[in-house]
Amino acid sequence: MTAAIEIKGLTKSFRVYQKPEGLRAAVAGLFRRRYRHVEAVRGIDLTVAPGEFVAFLGPNGAGKTTTLKLLSGVLTPTAGEARVLGHIPWRRENAYRRRFALVMGQKNQLWWDLPAAESFRLHQHLYSLPRDEFERTRDELAEMLSVAHLMQQPVRELSLGERMKMELIAALLHSPEVLFLDEPTIGLDVVAQHNIRAFLRDYQQRRGVTIVLTSHYMNDVAALCRRVVMIGQGRIVYDGALDGIVERFGGHKVVTLHVSESWSAGLLRGLGELLSFEPPRARLRVGRADVPVVLQRILAAGQVLDLSVEDPPLEEIVAAWFSAERSAAAALSGGGERGEGEA
Amino acid sequence: MSPAAAWTIIRISIAERLVYRGDFALSTLMRFLPIVTQVFLWAAVFSALDAAGRPAEVAGFSYHEMIAYYLLTMVARAFSSMPGLASGIARDIRTGAVNKYLIQPVDMLQYLLLHRIAHKLVYYSIAIGPFALVFLLCRGFFPGWPDAEVLFAFAASLIMAFLLGFFLESTLGMIGFWFLEVNSLLFVYMLFAFFFSGHMFPIDMLPAGIAEIVRLLPLQYLAYFPAAVFLGKVSGPQLWQSLAVEGVWIVFLAVSGRIAFARGVRRYGGYGG
Repeated sequence: MTAAIEIKGLTKSFRVYQKPEGLRAAVAGLFRRRYRHVEAVRGIDLTVAPGEFVAFLGPNGAGKTTTLKLLSGVLTPTAGEARVLGHIPWRRENAYRRRFALVMGQKNQLWWDLPAAESFRLHQHLYSLPRDEFERTRDELAEMLSVAHLMQQPVRELSLGERMKMELIAALLHSPEVLFLDEPTIGLDVVAQHNIRAFLRDYQQRRGVTIVLTSHYMNDVAALCRRVVMIGQGRIVYDGALDGIVERFGGHKVVTLHVSESWSAGLLRGLGELLSFEPPRARLRVGRADVPVVLQRILAAGQVLDLSVEDPPLEEIVAAWFSAERSAAAALSGGGERGEGEA
Repeated sequence: MSPAAAWTIIRISIAERLVYRGDFALSTLMRFLPIVTQVFLWAAVFSALDAAGRPAEVAGFSYHEMIAYYLLTMVARAFSSMPGLASGIARDIRTGAVNKYLIQPVDMLQYLLLHRIAHKLVYYSIAIGPFALVFLLCRGFFPGWPDAEVLFAFAASLIMAFLLGFFLESTLGMIGFWFLEVNSLLFVYMLFAFFFSGHMFPIDMLPAGIAEIVRLLPLQYLAYFPAAVFLGKVSGPQLWQSLAVEGVWIVFLAVSGRIAFARGVRRYGGYGG
């Protein structure tokens, strides 16, 4: 089976005008402009099989959205190759554009003042969909997302969650084989997030489409994707199962114990890094390798009513990794920069 | 693009335009107010000439012709003006709204052209009443109906004025790919267009040297040319020759817009999000 997405050495750098502060600097800027080269994506290699549900994870500015924009043909790369369903995205052939969709959580692609039904009708004709097939798909999607009753209401009068559902329907009407989702749950409340997630999981299983998703919410990723690609400073730093992140980046376990009154904070501190102590509950951070030894010492130290050993929450691991990444970038004087130039 | 898709774009654009029909109707009617000031202004100019014993003619235009000219340029501008087209394209580039034309199987220029046709159709359906009234009240300023050939050329010049205006402004909007802020540039263009399209006064009134340059520019087709055709100021072989030159300008600008779009997209940053 050939890959749905194949990327080799994909690179994109931007030239960003450095707007100086202050009037004098602004006038000088009219004559000699200072630019900074920002390498948003630096040589990414990636293969995604048909039917995979992959998450791009990374801090703001890591290059996730840029990669999605390259794959959907919005941007032309500086170097490297990419093929999606055998097409080179930035050629923007209609044959390719009929086979994929991009949904951006922060962008509105529907007609603001008109009911969503009108935008859907336009999509029917732009994508040359047969009428009955279009209506079947539309009604099925509206049913799955329970927004059938809202289709005749102007988009501007929908809630953010309802609008996002309409955006999804618009993107899926032509039954794309590849779907790019950029922050599809951003700004939504917990219930709406859950609904969108449930829909995406259900839809992906039913249709077997290939989906690449970026999100800041670990819950999105944990609920939907088996495979996670972590991107930092324009490079892939991890590609594998979600669980693997814990092993790779989480060097610690969290030991939670319920102790009797005889225990003191001082005693607990001797066993590991004390995260919290609200008697009778205490949480300790312990290096992975030290866990067996620490457990023996705990049991020897006094009466323990309950005890559990867990991996730290994924969110914490990723957050810790992100901030480490960021300070490393700061140490290299300003992240993705590569020298300054004048033009 | 399929005819069904084209029709859907027009239909939806009309529906969108009708959402704010009250505001739209009011702004349409307000556009007719300057007519009154213009009529009084030229009346004053010509009566002053008359009082001074000078021939009652300015750059070959009599008082009646001048008023007729002004009313006809209003018709021409109803076809050639493209409010918000260039600045809208530049805004879409700046905010990243242009992405949808890159992702979906739709050509941006075709789409915008159909959108604009829809807006014009809605505008004419509302403005035709006031236009008819003004022309009825001012019918004394016109020499009478021109012959069929001139009427045909006049109609052609109006449709071509629409196309020229569209391709000129859409190409200007593409500058947004290179300079994110284009409003002051567009303001300069509008100022030039106001004088050199003949919207303010017939270009025959410009000093000889400038008038010659202006006759080489496409701006005259936006206002001056249709009015001059109707009033018989351009006739015979010169009339058809001018229409042919206008056709060349339209093709040139349409191709320029395409090239600018293709190049602009290559350097486009896909802003926002």
